[in-house]
Amino acid sequence: MKASKKEKTIIEVKHLSKKYGIGIDTTYKTLSESITSAVRHPIKTLKDFRSQNETFWALKDVNFEVKRGEVLGIIGRNGAGKSTLLKILSRITYPTEGEVRLLGRVGSLLEVGTGFHSELSGRENIYFNGSILGMKKREIDEKFDEIVKFSGVEKFLDTPVKRYSSGMQVRLAFSVAANLDPEILVVDEVLAVGDVEFQKKCLGKMSEVAEGGRTVLFVSHNTGAIQNLCQRCILLNKGHIINNGETADVISQYLNIGLQVSDKSVFKRDISNKKLAFTDINLYNTKGEIITKSTSDENILVVINYDLNVQLTGVQICFEIFDQNGICILSSTNFDSNIKMRTISQKPGKYVAKCLLNTSFLRNGLYSITINSSIPHVEYLDEIEFATRFEIESPLDITNVLSQNRRGIIFKNLIWQIDQC
Amino acid sequence: MTEHATDYELVIRPKYGLLDINWQELKEYRELLFFLALREVKIRYKQTIMGASWALLQPLFTMIVFTLIFGRLAHMPSDGVPYPIFSYAGLLLWTYFSNALSQSSSSLVDNAPLLSKVYIPRIFIPTTPCLSGLVDYGIAMSIILIMMVYYRFVPGISILLLPFIILLTFMLASGVGYWLSSICVKYRDVKYIVPFFVQLLLFISPVIYPSNIVGENLRLLLYLNPLTGLIGAHRACLLGHIPVDFVGLGISALLTIVIFVSGIMYLKHTEKYFADLI
Repeated sequence: MKASKKEKTIIEVKHLSKKYGIGIDTTYKTLSESITSAVRHPIKTLKDFRSQNETFWALKDVNFEVKRGEVLGIIGRNGAGKSTLLKILSRITYPTEGEVRLLGRVGSLLEVGTGFHSELSGRENIYFNGSILGMKKREIDEKFDEIVKFSGVEKFLDTPVKRYSSGMQVRLAFSVAANLDPEILVVDEVLAVGDVEFQKKCLGKMSEVAEGGRTVLFVSHNTGAIQNLCQRCILLNKGHIINNGETADVISQYLNIGLQVSDKSVFKRDISNKKLAFTDINLYNTKGEIITKSTSDENILVVINYDLNVQLTGVQICFEIFDQNGICILSSTNFDSNIKMRTISQKPGKYVAKCLLNTSFLRNGLYSITINSSIPHVEYLDEIEFATRFEIESPLDITNVLSQNRRGIIFKNLIWQIDQC
Repeated sequence: MTEHATDYELVIRPKYGLLDINWQELKEYRELLFFLALREVKIRYKQTIMGASWALLQPLFTMIVFTLIFGRLAHMPSDGVPYPIFSYAGLLLWTYFSNALSQSSSSLVDNAPLLSKVYIPRIFIPTTPCLSGLVDYGIAMSIILIMMVYYRFVPGISILLLPFIILLTFMLASGVGYWLSSICVKYRDVKYIVPFFVQLLLFISPVIYPSNIVGENLRLLLYLNPLTGLIGAHRACLLGHIPVDFVGLGISALLTIVIFVSGIMYLKHTEKYFADLI
């Protein structure tokens, strides 16, 4: 292929591996805690002890290169190693093996608003947050007006951030990060926050950055956004790169993985620092049995379990049903039937969300369900892609009723009437 | 080879050398240290009625209590100077040191989001409270100036040593802070040990009493506490009542440098795993 100066390699990842001890979350106990827990749960402690020796490779022998000006998408299911990869690239954690060579400053949007202090004014937080992200005071001075304009909080610049609405805080934080000028920009899931208008602004800003000749690494569950922004994509699965190529190909392979996997391993992850974490999802028939298959004339009860670690108000729980082609054919949230849930406050604890799914609109085939949770316009909480799947197998399928392939993603039995006139 | 000589190249590898400080990076980020300290100063007394006067009141009230108990009741010797100014000259440095140390040792855990979400030179985090504490020290200094006027004390030439003593105390607090904050990431026991440790340290440092009331044989033991030389010299150079004990100051300086450098090394050695453990 052509090898011009522009195609200089900016990121070079060689044999990168990262190992975690599985018992990692038990390591910061105090001494007395370890003793009491050993006395109380001897069997569990023994298991813990054994699992300490078990290790888990979050990334294993990952190799890739990114050229100047490229926008590389990184996709994969929960636990595939995406976040670990980004954390290594932004130097938050270190690899166990291998190395990364970076040519240029890395700006990371792993978490917007880090270091925001609620007692400080918007203006002070812009300076502080900017410098945490690696900007010089001079740079922030230059960009100040742009940041303020982008965020739309002009009037409240000298108000302490604690008086801001949560949406305003997020917008301000993102604006600071988006106006960074690094050679390499690392973006993770920030688009899940903010309203549609603001998301558009953010996507626009990212393509602007890429057009300016800088390199962007973009991790998202939003396959639509990935498709729009990235020419090339990496698919991670269980710490390995299983595909590295044209975005469209990689995305279709990714969606296929989703249809194949149906175990509960996606729920096994470190949830200690999550405000809300999904713990399980099950589908039941009307007799109360767990099912993976159903017919289009039987209702399915979707039961989603989650843990809340802090008190939150206005938690939205959502599930999305994808068909075999990766098209989302339905999304439903707990706000749909009861808008008052927006103002309900939930105390920490275990919760179960149930929704009765009338499947009469589903045609025969395999479907997968993705669950996610957020406080709309404020905060993205948790997401499990392809958390479960089910199959619709009706004895009398409309496709068979007609002798040809009928089109249409969904089916609705409509009443027809034919009169002779 | 490269088109731009200014190209900034970074290699992320699993292992680094023992004292591998990236000076270029520290230079890049130097403004951040200032912003971190500024933030700390700005938020410290937010939403308090007394505001920054807390920086005065804390050593002032301690001085009053000490004067009543140790000066009046116990008749503690004080190098021949009035007990209030004697104890305050010690408390001034002690208050700075103990506050800086307490905050520094829990700083990494308290700032967990800074560790797990963004990259900044980790060493800045435990350094920040030691820097911002200097502002409180400066504020509390005004009381001793008033007392010096009242008691007619004129500092001698040895006052020139003051910046050096402050620098050493800063290094000592940071050095111990580097050790304790790094350990605290893994063992939260540190949180419970520090307040207790600081309390005990007050009694083995010459804040309440002059170091010369301790017998010769025990004096050496007292010198092993690097604060002994620092507090003694701090008091002597402010009040000029006795000559500065250069032996004590020298031992303190040596110990401080050892603690400071080894603290940096320990922090550098463990920082790779902070984000995984916190």
